[in-house]
Amino acid sequence: MSLKNNLHNLKEKYKGKKMAPAFNAIHTFLYAPNETTHSGSHVRAVDDLKRTMNTVIMALVPVLIFGIFNAGYQHYAAVDAANGVVRQASLFGNFLTWENFIMGAWTVLPLVIVSYAVGLAVEFLFAVIKGHEVEEGYLVTGMLVPLIVPVDTPLWMLAVAVVFGVVIGKEVFGGTGMNILNPALTIRAFLFFAYPTWMSGDKVWVHQAVDLAGGPDAISGETILGYLAQGKGAEMSYSVADMFFGFIPGSVGETSTILILLGGLFLIYSKIASWRIMLSAVIGALVMGLIFNGVVDAGWITETSKFYGLMSFAFWQHLIVGGLAFGIVYMATDPVTGAQTNKGKWYYGFFIGFISVLIRVFNPAYPEGVFLAILLMNVFAPTIDHYVVRGNINKRLKRAKNATILPRDGEGKAQELKAETV
Amino acid sequence: MALLSKKDTSLILDPLADNNPITIQVLGICSALAITAELKASIVMALSVMFVLGMGNVVISLMRNIIPSKIRIIVQLVVVAALVIMVDQVLKAFAYELSKTLSVFVGLIITNCIIMGRFEAFALANGPWRSFLDGIGNSAGYGLILIIIGFFRELLGSGTLLGFKVLGDPIEKTGLYAIGYENNGFMLLSPMALIVVGLIIWVQRSRNKALIEEN
Repeated sequence: MSLKNNLHNLKEKYKGKKMAPAFNAIHTFLYAPNETTHSGSHVRAVDDLKRTMNTVIMALVPVLIFGIFNAGYQHYAAVDAANGVVRQASLFGNFLTWENFIMGAWTVLPLVIVSYAVGLAVEFLFAVIKGHEVEEGYLVTGMLVPLIVPVDTPLWMLAVAVVFGVVIGKEVFGGTGMNILNPALTIRAFLFFAYPTWMSGDKVWVHQAVDLAGGPDAISGETILGYLAQGKGAEMSYSVADMFFGFIPGSVGETSTILILLGGLFLIYSKIASWRIMLSAVIGALVMGLIFNGVVDAGWITETSKFYGLMSFAFWQHLIVGGLAFGIVYMATDPVTGAQTNKGKWYYGFFIGFISVLIRVFNPAYPEGVFLAILLMNVFAPTIDHYVVRGNINKRLKRAKNATILPRDGEGKAQELKAETV
Repeated sequence: MALLSKKDTSLILDPLADNNPITIQVLGICSALAITAELKASIVMALSVMFVLGMGNVVISLMRNIIPSKIRIIVQLVVVAALVIMVDQVLKAFAYELSKTLSVFVGLIITNCIIMGRFEAFALANGPWRSFLDGIGNSAGYGLILIIIGFFRELLGSGTLLGFKVLGDPIEKTGLYAIGYENNGFMLLSPMALIVVGLIIWVQRSRNKALIEEN
């Protein structure tokens, strides 16, 4: 008897019991269900919601591992910087070291554990109360959440935010698949508005910087967007390669653009995420970046303007700093909250990129706006779909009205309704 | 003999729970969002509305047979406006700081849907005593929700209640703040007030299934 059979027998045994949904959740997490739909026009494939979610998690694992190393690296780099030692990032020289890994794992893994434990507890609780199966929705959310918060986010804050995000962002709408807003971003937005001091500034991005602040060993790590927003872009010691490979301070999983890019390609290849949304969001960000660059080139704002730093930032570099790449690849493509129609996806993605860079430049308190842009477009996604569908109906109505009905040239039914469309 | 007949008692008690103006009729939401960041402001707002609605109901009820139906809205507005101005002046005279916190929202009691709603639905068709009870009941139901929201928003948002630092001092790190607790800034923003109203509605409807509407 294999484990799978054992689990299956147990499932039969506990069918109809109160805790059955909780048990079934674990069973189907490990194995595909051993029965498929028997009749009717259903797709009888094994890649159910749970497989879809697991694919996304696989695409997130490299980012998580990189985030662990980077958390350690940024800590030691900041300590070095405080002692006047300038570090040059090199992948095998001082990045992939045990020292970094242990320090990073010590700070990042608790975030992952709290995110999953609290989120799944809420999901299991709701499943048992409502008496339905546990929904898989939290699998991806639980992995996204630790990747989009600063490393030193206090665990209790994360727990409060996760409860809020799962209950208000998802369960009140009816659970997985019914939510209007992306739950992971709801959690991020809650943290941002509830505890702004823990979500912005130059201390939160580096492990222990908050604890050591004001002391003799004080360290700090400003994000690139932070430098630019304060007009201190010249003091920044990060090269474009650092930004692209991710050796920069930031939220846990957002820094490495190359790994996010690989994850995105994997999601496109496995047909889990929409390439239309990703591509149009990139275009949207580039367009907004070009507009701002154009404003600077035209001399409409002076160097003393507080927007100068971010506006003069090369348009394509917006893509490799901050959370834009991460948001586009893993959050904007959420099939539940995004636009559903192919044409709608172009608009939806475009405005995500466009508005992200817009908020990034003009937000006075916090030089990043990807999560706000995606949440905003989540709200508009049904409207976009509505107009795309209406447009299609109108187009076809018009075509039908202008169609010339040819006179019947035969007796058969086939010839009777021969229409020529224009 | 009891002070109030059974019917009269229900005029006061119904709006507190199963016919609450905010959670069931969803009226008066605007002020519930605007001024509930502090418990004190909520209480003063609740009392102001209680005064305006109680008195207004009586006045309208007394005049109900002589108001021409075509201009009754204007007459109602004049009555509310007079009462609101009285409240505003009293607040300005005796509680100036608070009146600044409440700012335009005292004046906006005029537009509070509950007040016009009760005038139209009750005072125009009932005697002064029952109208008075109805006004007190509805404004008490309104005030109850305001105070619940104000309690949670002030406690979680500022860590205080009526200005007292019940959770400790956030700057000197005493009480709860000593172990790393922080105030939830989101609680001070109006969206959170709407979410709190939503949670109250959720709790109320899951306790009393009869309140859930059919779709």
